[in-house]
Amino acid sequence: MIKSLKTQHHKLSDPAYQLHVLNDHSESLRNQPKFREKLEEINLYPLKPTGIEIFQMNVGYMCNMTCKHCHVDAGPDRTEVMSKETFKQCLEALQHSKADTVDLTGGAPEMNPHFRWFVEKVSALGKHIIVRSNLTILTTAPKYQALPKFFAEHGVEVTCSLPFYNKSRTDRQRGEGTYDRSVEALKKLNAIGYGTEGTGLELNLVYNPAGAFLPGGQESLEKDFKRQLKRKHGITFNNLFTITNLPISRYLNFLLESGNLEEYMDRLITSFNPAAAQGVMCRNTISVGWDGTLYDCDFNQMLEMPVEEQAPRHISEWNELKLNNREVKINQHCFGCTAGAGSSCGGATT
Amino acid sequence: MRETYYKPEDLKKFEDVGEFGPELAEKFFDYYGAVFEEGALSAREKALIALAVSHTVQCPYCIDAYTTDSLEKGASEEQMMEAVHVASAIRGGSSLVHGVQMMNKTKDLSM
Repeated sequence: MIKSLKTQHHKLSDPAYQLHVLNDHSESLRNQPKFREKLEEINLYPLKPTGIEIFQMNVGYMCNMTCKHCHVDAGPDRTEVMSKETFKQCLEALQHSKADTVDLTGGAPEMNPHFRWFVEKVSALGKHIIVRSNLTILTTAPKYQALPKFFAEHGVEVTCSLPFYNKSRTDRQRGEGTYDRSVEALKKLNAIGYGTEGTGLELNLVYNPAGAFLPGGQESLEKDFKRQLKRKHGITFNNLFTITNLPISRYLNFLLESGNLEEYMDRLITSFNPAAAQGVMCRNTISVGWDGTLYDCDFNQMLEMPVEEQAPRHISEWNELKLNNREVKINQHCFGCTAGAGSSCGGATT
Repeated sequence: MRETYYKPEDLKKFEDVGEFGPELAEKFFDYYGAVFEEGALSAREKALIALAVSHTVQCPYCIDAYTTDSLEKGASEEQMMEAVHVASAIRGGSSLVHGVQMMNKTKDLSM
């Protein structure tokens, strides 16, 4: 089993060290423009929310996989999972929230013991639910194999990781055998109507570059993915979301070990797109950690940068008005969301 | 690209060639940008053509730039290597086809 950075007691499992690397690792990084300066240039600093539409919950860092690019440093050896009490506090907040989408992520969110219970409760509230699935979990134990049907019964949107439409590049990033198991899971989802127009069962794929490069055009990659997956496996899906790898956690480790960090940061910074900055997801999203702590996004969560002190910092203190007036916390990793066509959990933002 | 006579960091200075002649540089970069836009050929197909040509002209800057560009545009390793083989085949073939000229001349000169 591949160990998480945390279990290895790796220096990069310390968020403070990650921020130090991004800002001070070399002269080149020290001399780069700061994200704050770029926002100031376009009169977007301080960065303020536009209103919470997406209530994203990281229900735990436990995962059946240990992907090389994982910004969560998730894996089978991570034990942090959201408790039922915190789930209940989330439900309480959701009852009063204007957010119409609940986005469940992890780790493998399906591995949280309260996952099914929570999906049923949120479904009853009439909220749109997204589950971010790694696909392979749906091919493991019988209780997970039964999930596609459960998702369909509750109209859950399934958004899955698939870095490429071939085995070699997918397995290099996510582990040997991942591609074949992902294909198996996608076929199961297709078989019950997911990914077919008119069924209302939405199946989306997430593309992350498998290396130190940026994602290309979302539309053209989606066409390639659709053509290739249909031709090779008869698989259909609705949308492809291209997501830029943010330079934190395991992906930061890869950048450092491969000697690509400076060039990658330079590429992100020179590709800064003011239109993408306007549409960053932290403006319409709140991220809830497994312990109920509130963050501006899942990346800030992994860097242990909770929302600003003046705002409620725990789900038990939920106050949407105060949260909508907060100032979003930023650092150099934010350049990942503003490069090129922009990047968010829903793909390109421009 | 490794440290050689060509400096990797010079690739980023490409647009600075306008320093000694801005008007022509501007025309060139406008044209360059338009060439690589999605058209009758997809952006990925154009990146692969550029990758093949980069190997033909043996430009280290271009090879770095269009390897990255091909990956970003979603090309697979197999597609990229096939593009390089196309360049290699045309380059090798262009030498070999001149063998006909050699044969013609040989036959002209021979009894």
